[in-house]
Amino acid sequence: MDLNEKLLSSFIAFEDKVNVNDEVHEIRTAALKRFEQQGFPTKKLEAWKYTSLQSLLKKDFSIFPGSKCALEYPEVRQYFLHETETFKIVFVDGQYSSFLSETTHDGVDVCLFSAAIEKPKYKHIVDEYFNKVADQKDALTNLNTAFANEGAYIFIPKSKAPVKPIEIVHFATGATPQILLQPRNLIVVEENAEVQIIERHQSLGGVEAFTNSVTEIFAHKNARVDYYKFQNDTMNASIVDNTFIEQHDSSEVSVHTFSLGGALVRNNLNFYQRGSHINSIMKGVTLGSERQHIDHYTLVHHTEPDCESHQDYKGIYDDRSVGVFNGKIIVDKIAQKTNAFQQNNNLLISDTATVNTKPQLEIFADDVRCSHGCTIGQLDEDALFYLQSRGIPKKEAAALLMYAFANNVLESVKNAALSTRVKDMIAEKLGVKIGFDL
Amino acid sequence: MLKIENLHARVEEKEILKGINLEVKPGEVHAIMGPNGSGKSTLASVIAGREDFEVTEGSISLSGEDLGDLDPEERAHAGVFLSFQYPVEIPGVTVTNFIKSAINESRKAKGLEDMPANEMLSKIREKSSLLEIDRKFLSRSLNEGFSGGEKKRNEIFQMAMLEPKLAILDETDSGLDIDALRIVANGVNKLRSKDNAIVVITHYQRLLDHIVPDHVHVLYNGKIVKSGTKELAFELEEKGYDWIKAENE
Repeated sequence: MDLNEKLLSSFIAFEDKVNVNDEVHEIRTAALKRFEQQGFPTKKLEAWKYTSLQSLLKKDFSIFPGSKCALEYPEVRQYFLHETETFKIVFVDGQYSSFLSETTHDGVDVCLFSAAIEKPKYKHIVDEYFNKVADQKDALTNLNTAFANEGAYIFIPKSKAPVKPIEIVHFATGATPQILLQPRNLIVVEENAEVQIIERHQSLGGVEAFTNSVTEIFAHKNARVDYYKFQNDTMNASIVDNTFIEQHDSSEVSVHTFSLGGALVRNNLNFYQRGSHINSIMKGVTLGSERQHIDHYTLVHHTEPDCESHQDYKGIYDDRSVGVFNGKIIVDKIAQKTNAFQQNNNLLISDTATVNTKPQLEIFADDVRCSHGCTIGQLDEDALFYLQSRGIPKKEAAALLMYAFANNVLESVKNAALSTRVKDMIAEKLGVKIGFDL
Repeated sequence: MLKIENLHARVEEKEILKGINLEVKPGEVHAIMGPNGSGKSTLASVIAGREDFEVTEGSISLSGEDLGDLDPEERAHAGVFLSFQYPVEIPGVTVTNFIKSAINESRKAKGLEDMPANEMLSKIREKSSLLEIDRKFLSRSLNEGFSGGEKKRNEIFQMAMLEPKLAILDETDSGLDIDALRIVANGVNKLRSKDNAIVVITHYQRLLDHIVPDHVHVLYNGKIVKSGTKELAFELEEKGYDWIKAENE
């Protein structure tokens, strides 16, 4: 039985576990029908031209992992940003771990999607927002919606901000050798509210995890959202991350994606602007090695005048790794005075690494500023020699140049602890110890 | 200190250095002059160990240690310093952090611990004042947006911090106005000692008014074709290089 059939037949078992008499379930069944018609995307689709899921789909993924494996905090401490200075919503093999989490209902709601869809208190929020910005035409998003039951639920009411950043962390353990995880996050940030979120997926031991994640974010008037994705999973793990963001007047949402680990990584990052004076920010640093395949597929849809979008993705590819950047910008006819900026710079460290980069601009307004640039280059030999001639060994010198290359993106990380963590992760990946804070 | 014997080097198929012999003793300053394209910068790069150049014959040694098989960083650890004609910009790495890293890598190679922070700080203070460098300058990204003069001053600051046995100054005077030239030259002169040596590579004589050489060599077509005292530099300034070319055609 292939994964497609297996999923469809599992749905009946899934229905035993969830409330089948609410609106959420109507949405699930409709999404399943759409997925059934679509199937998994193949390379024949323009959006999946450079990325194939075929080898993943052959695996025998466990869809409902058994009893959750208990994890002690000290074992997984290294995967958190901070022990006490963050809220934490933690899942182990797709199931909520109250033991590792620190949620809150003090002025803001930082809790679980499964709780939000069950409790009457949150029902109106779920009905208003669930699956409202997610792309109904996207097969993997539909698949996630069909099985949507668990993930993070974050609601920040008008003019509020949580007292500390929120970490959403998913662990996959070796309880089953191959596991499919489909977390569903719903994040609503009301007028003048603010939030900072860090998301991470981490496989432990040799487990082969395939995560198909969907996150919906709604940023209302003047809201501020800073979202950081740490993709530093093992080489046995793969992820398709589908993130959909709806923004209203004068809101600013930034998403930073740091892609260092994982066998196959596909980020579908979609911004829909629904107001004016909106700023949408997408930044990424990618470090590919071995046979990693890392694909960034971004979309920003400008539908109102006087908005901005900024994209800056830096990719560094070594060994036989493959990188993809596809950046789509749509500017509707009404969206005059749009300022859309897109940049994708890549370094190829080895002769066998590959990058496919493709800007896609669809501009229907005439008074706009849209700039885009892609580059593919190599490490500057002059610079390398300069650093070596000062006594810095070649490996460290190359790492310094890579930091310098990614510096614009690294500098835009607002949280100091996060910035240090990202730099440490990069140093670890490059196998260097830089003897100072960059 | 520096001993170069019958050095031949090429880049791809093109031979650039065609048998260089040069000996520099501790405490000496040597100037290497010559027209454009004579091989001056290549010589500097080859001494510092740039991999683009292939040494086909001959040898380079520093205080008796053969540099031939050493990587550029190992040569730096052995005491070679090259001041670049075009220093490279490294965004995101401050001058201070860069120099700390360079010093500590060198110490690590010698089996020493990192330099204690207070010692590093007072050394940075001392050497930056030597080159009239503002403190704010030290927290800027290395060479990023620096003027020509700032870049060269920063090179000599690094030289002061690293205290090399042999410093090669490649066209350090290019792109400098007269004040910057004076500061850079003063800095270099203060770093001169009986234990180190300096090789100044320059096209013009004007730097040599400030850093007075013990020996002047003329490099032409990959060979040292004339050697003399500082008077040779004046002669070159006055007569140009055409007579050298004519003598060696």
